[in-house]
Amino acid sequence: MSTLDAHAGHHEEGSYLSGPPGIFSRVWQWMTTVDHKKIGVMYLFAVLFMFFVGGLAALFVRYELLDPIRDQIVQTVDANGDLVTTTTTTGESLKELFGGLTSDLTGTQIYNRTFTLHGAVMVFMFIVPSIPASLGNFFLPIMVGAKDVAFPRLNLLSWYVYVFGCIFGILSILMGGVDTGWTFYTPYSTTTDADHWRVVLMVAAAFVLGFSSILTGLNFVVTVHKLRAPGMGWFDMPLFIWAVYATSIIQVLATPVIGITLLLLIFERLMNIGIFDPAMGGDPVLYQHFFWFYSHPVVYVMILPAMGIMSELLAIHARKHIFGYRAIAFSSLGIAGVSFLVWGHHIFTAMGELAAILFSGLTFLVAIPTAIKVFNWIATLYKGSIVLNTPMCYALMFLFTFSIGGLTGLPLATLATDLHLHDSYYVVAHFHYVMMGGTVIAFMGGIHHWWPKMFGKMYNEPGALIGMALVFIGFNVTFFTQFFLGTQGMPRRYANYVDEFQTLHQISTYGSWILGLGFLVHLAVFIHSFFAGEKAPANPWGGLTLEWECESPPIEHNFHHEPIVKHGPYDFETTVPPHWDPADYPIHPDAGKGRH
Amino acid sequence: MSTMTDTNPIDVPQSILQSPKHWRNRVAGHHWRTGDEEFDAAKLGMWLFLTTEVLLFAGIFCGYAVFRMMYPEAWANGSHYLDWRFGAANTAVLLLSSWTAANAVRCAQLDKQFWLRVNIVVTVVCAALFIGIKFWFEYRVKLGQGKAPGTFFSYPFAHDPHEPLWWSLYYVGTGIHALHVVIGAVLFLVVLYYAKRYQAYGPTQYTLVENAALYWHLVDLVWIFLFPLLYLIH
Repeated sequence: MSTLDAHAGHHEEGSYLSGPPGIFSRVWQWMTTVDHKKIGVMYLFAVLFMFFVGGLAALFVRYELLDPIRDQIVQTVDANGDLVTTTTTTGESLKELFGGLTSDLTGTQIYNRTFTLHGAVMVFMFIVPSIPASLGNFFLPIMVGAKDVAFPRLNLLSWYVYVFGCIFGILSILMGGVDTGWTFYTPYSTTTDADHWRVVLMVAAAFVLGFSSILTGLNFVVTVHKLRAPGMGWFDMPLFIWAVYATSIIQVLATPVIGITLLLLIFERLMNIGIFDPAMGGDPVLYQHFFWFYSHPVVYVMILPAMGIMSELLAIHARKHIFGYRAIAFSSLGIAGVSFLVWGHHIFTAMGELAAILFSGLTFLVAIPTAIKVFNWIATLYKGSIVLNTPMCYALMFLFTFSIGGLTGLPLATLATDLHLHDSYYVVAHFHYVMMGGTVIAFMGGIHHWWPKMFGKMYNEPGALIGMALVFIGFNVTFFTQFFLGTQGMPRRYANYVDEFQTLHQISTYGSWILGLGFLVHLAVFIHSFFAGEKAPANPWGGLTLEWECESPPIEHNFHHEPIVKHGPYDFETTVPPHWDPADYPIHPDAGKGRH
Repeated sequence: MSTMTDTNPIDVPQSILQSPKHWRNRVAGHHWRTGDEEFDAAKLGMWLFLTTEVLLFAGIFCGYAVFRMMYPEAWANGSHYLDWRFGAANTAVLLLSSWTAANAVRCAQLDKQFWLRVNIVVTVVCAALFIGIKFWFEYRVKLGQGKAPGTFFSYPFAHDPHEPLWWSLYYVGTGIHALHVVIGAVLFLVVLYYAKRYQAYGPTQYTLVENAALYWHLVDLVWIFLFPLLYLIH
């Protein structure tokens, strides 16, 4: 804590968390704040709440599949010698669970609504805004050495638009839910539930959330261009910034297309304009092209910031200069570029052979920049001083699960194997290994990594490690089984299945309980840290990026003086980290030599 | 117009000159080093936003292209129902307003407060003219004849079964464009209010005028594409 004390008393500014006394003025202060840190924290809580809602829906889906809905037809001969057929339905577990709430729906209808709820909430309300809007909002301006994002009021607007969109979505759920799947494929989405508003509400929610996404992305691009601190060139930026920058470009360029698509879908439902309606000469496949032109790039909106977090976690917790800085930075942009050319692989069966071959080839291209990153991360670990704390364990877990997710994508990009695997549990397992085993895992690692900085409290390391282990086991048990289910022919989105699949489904469901338990442990650790956590030092991990020069938690304007960047973000071998305390971590014996 | 300023600062009431919103008194946001940097950032943000607008309309143009390829007859017939004179009049109106919007920026840069307001008023009047022509002479008449989108289509003399689709794209495309015209006009009315009330825009502070004009040029540009694609293809 040596250098911090020198600053104490230098400025009267308090931590960004301090505010006026009185609960109402406090709430008002947060609701009207334009401080990127507060908005980041508000986003963090909002997306974690949506993660909880979506996760609950996922547990319900798995619960139903434990003992699926089956119709048992029994034929008997009665006293008169007539054949009597009786049908008994078993396994309507969701119907029993929700009781009278859903009395007018059959068990399968509830199941369809539950998985749509899971998909729509997780994609639009959790995973798209998750890392950029929460950790990005908090740390992007600090890491480039700015006092705030370029447009602070727009930033607050983006949060309100997000909340507004979530309210639309939740209203739709409360009105009975939607069973279209999160992709809203036409013509089903334009004809189902025709006399009701809930599909329109859910689509409108996705439309509104798109605005929030655009505003955040636009803000970040301008911030990175215009607000970097003196001395910070493009290649002095932390790799997290590169990743969020690439993400923001995708958000700005892809989201308007889903905007117009969903708008057309709403018009289609309300005014029957017929553009996607085959009965009027419209083209439902056009909807799928439009939808995936956004929704494929958005997959990289979900994963790129996670990759950025990975670069930070691995370098800092292995105390090692990142291997291949420029390769990682450019591969972020490369992924962003290629992401716009591969949407067709979601609709291989709805296009001509030549187009399918082209899209298949382009899809393989994605593997190149992604593999460059993974190899560079592993090379970073080589001969590093690896500390097996929670952030590092999550980073290692990412390398394991994300690699499985990435490699299992290749058979899906191959036309011949995709014909067998598409629309099966193999696809479900693949994208959960990428999205959950990639994004969510990196997000968890990032939250632990930056938790002391955000809230000024340390978390309980053994507790978090237990949570991490449960998540690792639960995740793999839940989803690895689904690869087998998929290759054996289990189609996705079905409420029931043939008896042969039951064992694997049951293992998967038990895994989901372990996974849920893991997240509950994390929740407990976070709550414990809030109320009883040790006070965090300014630089608990020995990081060199600018956020570790701030206090924990940062003051309202982030820095006491405008920072001037004199060393690279990963120069651990040559730099004494800011606020270095020997008790926190040892430093490299050569650190500081050759620099002054 | 001469390049000299047309407002004599002596004639301006002290209440306006000393208002923190007057252009001479405006300061950059706390997180900016200079006002210039803030201006550059706002402009970059606006250009990015315009990119998103282009991509929004790209969806409509893409749908147009697909259906024109699938149903060329319906498109040729549909275009016959549109009167190029209304389209041309609206094109002229928008081009004129784009010129006055650009002039407004120039006037702000030169501190010509009166002409700044005149140019904005002309721009807004043009916007109103555009909407008037669009709704009164085009939408109202066509809807009255049953040339409505999708299932609302009831025009009895259609030559091609896919003409409802043509009208769908016509109404969606021009309707979303018209919405943008209205938004642009509202933006200019806001600029007009601040210009009149506080003289908020001058040589060192004209971000909002510039960005409103950029937005307006985009609205104009989209129409420049919509006009030939809808009115002039037969």
